[in-house]
Amino acid sequence: MNYNVNEKGYYGEFGGAYIPEMLYPNVEELRQNYLKVMAEESFQKEFHELLKDYVGRPTPLYFAKRLSEKYNTKIYLKREDLCHTGAHKVNNTIGQILMAKRLGKTRIIAETGAGQHGVATATVCALMGLECIVFMGEVDIKRQAPNVARMKMLGAKVVPATSGSKTLKDATNEAIRDWINNPVDTHYIIGSVVGPHPYPDMVARFQSVISEEIKTQLKEKEGRENPDFVVACVGGGSNAAGAFYHYLETPEVGIIAVEAAGKGIDSGESAATSALGKVGIIHGSKTLLMQTADGQITEPHSISAGLDYPGVGPMHASLFASGRGEFISITDDEAMEAGLELCKLEGIIPAIESSHALAIFETRKFKKDDVIVVNLSGRGDKDLDTYIKHFNL
Amino acid sequence: MNKIQNKLSENKRLLSIYFTAGYPKLDDTVEILQELEKSGVDLVEIGLPFSDPLADGPTIQASSQEALKNGMTTDLLFQQLKDVRATVSIPLILMGYFNPVLQFGVENFCKKCAEVGIDGLILPDLPLAEYEEHYAEIFKKYELINIFLITPQTSEERIRQIDSASEGFIYMVSSASVTGSSDGFGEEQENYFERIASMKLNSPLIVGFGISDSKSFQQATKNTNGAIIGSAFIKMLSEKGLGGITSFISSIIRV
Repeated sequence: MNYNVNEKGYYGEFGGAYIPEMLYPNVEELRQNYLKVMAEESFQKEFHELLKDYVGRPTPLYFAKRLSEKYNTKIYLKREDLCHTGAHKVNNTIGQILMAKRLGKTRIIAETGAGQHGVATATVCALMGLECIVFMGEVDIKRQAPNVARMKMLGAKVVPATSGSKTLKDATNEAIRDWINNPVDTHYIIGSVVGPHPYPDMVARFQSVISEEIKTQLKEKEGRENPDFVVACVGGGSNAAGAFYHYLETPEVGIIAVEAAGKGIDSGESAATSALGKVGIIHGSKTLLMQTADGQITEPHSISAGLDYPGVGPMHASLFASGRGEFISITDDEAMEAGLELCKLEGIIPAIESSHALAIFETRKFKKDDVIVVNLSGRGDKDLDTYIKHFNL
Repeated sequence: MNKIQNKLSENKRLLSIYFTAGYPKLDDTVEILQELEKSGVDLVEIGLPFSDPLADGPTIQASSQEALKNGMTTDLLFQQLKDVRATVSIPLILMGYFNPVLQFGVENFCKKCAEVGIDGLILPDLPLAEYEEHYAEIFKKYELINIFLITPQTSEERIRQIDSASEGFIYMVSSASVTGSSDGFGEEQENYFERIASMKLNSPLIVGFGISDSKSFQQATKNTNGAIIGSAFIKMLSEKGLGGITSFISSIIRV
């Protein structure tokens, strides 16, 4: 079976481009050009140079000795937290800004939830000298003040999304509306493997550097390219798409996607899309999403803003539906405990998103000689406030 | 012949009105339709509210949210429209986003439309290719006309493609914008209206987005078959209620 996108933009039954005609010319332009542009030698050269010298790649694959001892298995951490700007998000924004330049775009828009993708976009816009507008829910602007300040320092304009619940979903709506209003000069840098085709595939390809490096690094450390399991948290799913990418067609590598259960799957305050979602259309993509019986999109909840999205990328919906991926959901509390544990055992403060992936070891048991790679998607600096409140630090 | 096609053959400048079902009050739907017909409106688009209306500006977003808060659902709308054909005879089009239709079941949705007397559908985020591959047959079975959009950025090739797929009119989006965001038309729009008119398409053209008063209605219909007013009508409803419908419509179509 093929777990990658087909030529029509579908992963199994998921994906496609369910967009109003106003977006068609832009999305079509991107669809016709993205593979061609990415294949250009000059593009690859510039992309990889920036990943190396600016982002700091390759990021280390670190054997977490004390964590492994505690859970009696072999755990490696892929250190995306050490990327410039603090998370894997920048792999994609570097790729997309180079794409935008080659398509002749001069104005960049983006959506952001916690602000990580917004910061990564503002960063590459500063680097390239392009105008940058970031849409962010009014509620998120209040609770993520440091990232708002970062974006402003980097020269971006931060526009509050005041519709709906005033969070990530609404920021995405506003960015799409802006693109409708500015169809000629603007490129929309989507931050995850969501949205209309070709975005999920393009973002996955830019993030696939993560699993490409894992293969080489694991070969050096373990003498084999394939771990027994790759584990990553999934909101929209970009870090997971990157970590899984080169293992999708390798069935002996188990794929574990970790979703945010919020206060519990049945609590009414959750973001566990695989457990709670049904097939539908969100932001131009047919995928699993949380919605009412009447087809209205509902509000998710997670303590981690990066996982607080009512849908999941079509690649992940397909991994779930086909059974290729194992989906586990982790509550707010479990994630926070796992985050603190990594601090104590390994001296690494993880982003709360990544803490969800780390939390599976409490319940999901592995064999002693299993080799497990956990994608540590981001660092926890941005989450200090949440950690302080949660643990009364 | 479908009521939409009938109306289009009248060879006059058509006025179409969009409103959000369930707004201002949950049960206003049928009364608004009756008032619109009495006032001389030619066709109506009944908006099925959606939580995330991507192509709409603040006015229709707000009316959609309010309608959902009032309790509007797809099921309820069909109940409200059950006997509408006893009192309303102008063509009726349902306009909404695709997800609620998908959840209702596309076939079931079309069947209900046919039962209550809906003549056509506008689903902006159901693209042409998906429609043709998966849903065209169902629409045809229930004699529903699907209306496609074009914009100033739509290529000539695609316009021709859309024209040949259209059985009613082409919904011509006036400018690169979401709904409700323009005041009046400039040279750029006039040129665009003329350019499309000169393509001599088979399908009649009805202009939407940015029409709010008599002047913009005249401008939009100079080279086309009609125009649609949405946000301005909803604003009027918020300010004056259903009692303001007659004078609003006559302010647009007064000769």
